[in-house]
Amino acid sequence: MLKIACPGCGVRNYTEFRYAGDANKVRPAHQVRDLGEWYDYVFLFDNPKGPHREYWQHVLGCRQWLVVERDTATNTVQGTRFARDGGGE
Amino acid sequence: MRFLGTRYSAAALVRHALSGAAWPPAWRSPQPKSSYDVIIIGGGGHGLATAYYLAANHGVTNVAVIERAYIGSGNVGRNTTLVRSNYLLAGNTQFFEYSLKLWEGLSQELNYNVMLSQRGQVVLAHDPLQLDGLARKGNIMRLNGIDAELLDRGEVMRMLPYLDYSPRARFPILGGMLQRRAGTVRHDAVAWGYARAASGFGVDILENCEVTGFERNGSRVTGVKTSKGSIAAGRTAICVAGHSSVLAAMAGLRLPIESHLLQAFVTEPIKPFVDHVISFGAELFYISQSDKGGLVFGGHIDGFNSYTQRGQFPRVQTVAECAVALMPSISRLRLLRHWGGIQDMTPDGSPFICRTPLEGLYFNGGWCYQGFKATPAVGACFAHTIAHEEEHPLVRHLSLERFRQANGHDEYGLGNWTYKQ
Repeated sequence: MLKIACPGCGVRNYTEFRYAGDANKVRPAHQVRDLGEWYDYVFLFDNPKGPHREYWQHVLGCRQWLVVERDTATNTVQGTRFARDGGGE
Repeated sequence: MRFLGTRYSAAALVRHALSGAAWPPAWRSPQPKSSYDVIIIGGGGHGLATAYYLAANHGVTNVAVIERAYIGSGNVGRNTTLVRSNYLLAGNTQFFEYSLKLWEGLSQELNYNVMLSQRGQVVLAHDPLQLDGLARKGNIMRLNGIDAELLDRGEVMRMLPYLDYSPRARFPILGGMLQRRAGTVRHDAVAWGYARAASGFGVDILENCEVTGFERNGSRVTGVKTSKGSIAAGRTAICVAGHSSVLAAMAGLRLPIESHLLQAFVTEPIKPFVDHVISFGAELFYISQSDKGGLVFGGHIDGFNSYTQRGQFPRVQTVAECAVALMPSISRLRLLRHWGGIQDMTPDGSPFICRTPLEGLYFNGGWCYQGFKATPAVGACFAHTIAHEEEHPLVRHLSLERFRQANGHDEYGLGNWTYKQ
């Protein structure tokens, strides 16, 4: 079972969390009218086989958003921190 | 058809039995040439079928299929072997029916028994809205000349007496839709049959050869770098669903794809029990019985990006819960095996069969849950796309650019990236 060490709650099964995708994505500023930037943000993914920085929300725990570094080829988690501390987009 | 090996027949069987002569390998294992007209990356069902139809339909035989591991080691051997053509959306309806028609003649065409078993598939409805939806889909299928029958509760009870019809059933069964021509295929035989037939036309199948990069000349792809050296190609085709993003990244492309893990399951063998393919309507769950007697079933993806090919236990439990909710009598059956495959997930649930922004590079991927049943049609349409440098009419709606044009092809009408929500 994939386990995630929540900085608030400790090590928990991944089933307590909701996966929320690539944390490297930078959301275009709200006033950006270039549809190409929005297309890139919504649709295109690096989807790497290897280290991946991603958002998870601890929905069945402290409900905090986390940035998790996980290797998608092995499911090894290298690090976890609160998203509010930065490290996301 | 020209075969370099032995043609399989009853007479050949008798001849070999009497003479004791060894059967030749089904396909050759050549050394890579320095260049090919077409290189297909990925020796799964789709890649091998594409190679076969390039040779058989378009006379392009100077072709190599490059496979990282061995033939049949990827998703063509990891699916639940279902074939059907009950699709709603224009484009999908015709494409998957074309595929089913090719399945129906495939054993004869390839001179290889793929064991197509048209046992019929029943999709269940558990509320009136679902039944109306199935009626609509069935009508669209029939308007396209595809068989579909709407079943009421009594008809489902007679056909599938072992489902839970009790007042305690969590999801009462109101009816269903039957496609009699749907069924199962022996998936390994599909890979081996296409490999043998393509090899017979002179296609080189290069196993244990991993692509590590592309050779480029400006915006044109001119070949591939592999673990066995560089090989030049007039045209190069990516056919590696599950790992599409990895290959695309080598060419500097980003795709509207995430890789996700889908598990499949087989129970210990029992006597003949489930005579059809059954799809649960209350959850994503589908079940059939193999010729060896095991119940084969599957459900949802695990729910987060993964290339591990190893499933998580919570999904085993939810899929087993679906099985028992539908068929309480199998609650004490033991699971024999469960395994994982990596599939490309796309925003609208539809795949890609198209050219790419790079000249000489073609792409087939993004198959979500539905790659296996599409195998013959993918082969035929992708071969056409490569040979003519233009998309086959049946796959013009499956371009990589469709999201940029707000023209997604959303079979279930649920919006973008629904599996993430």
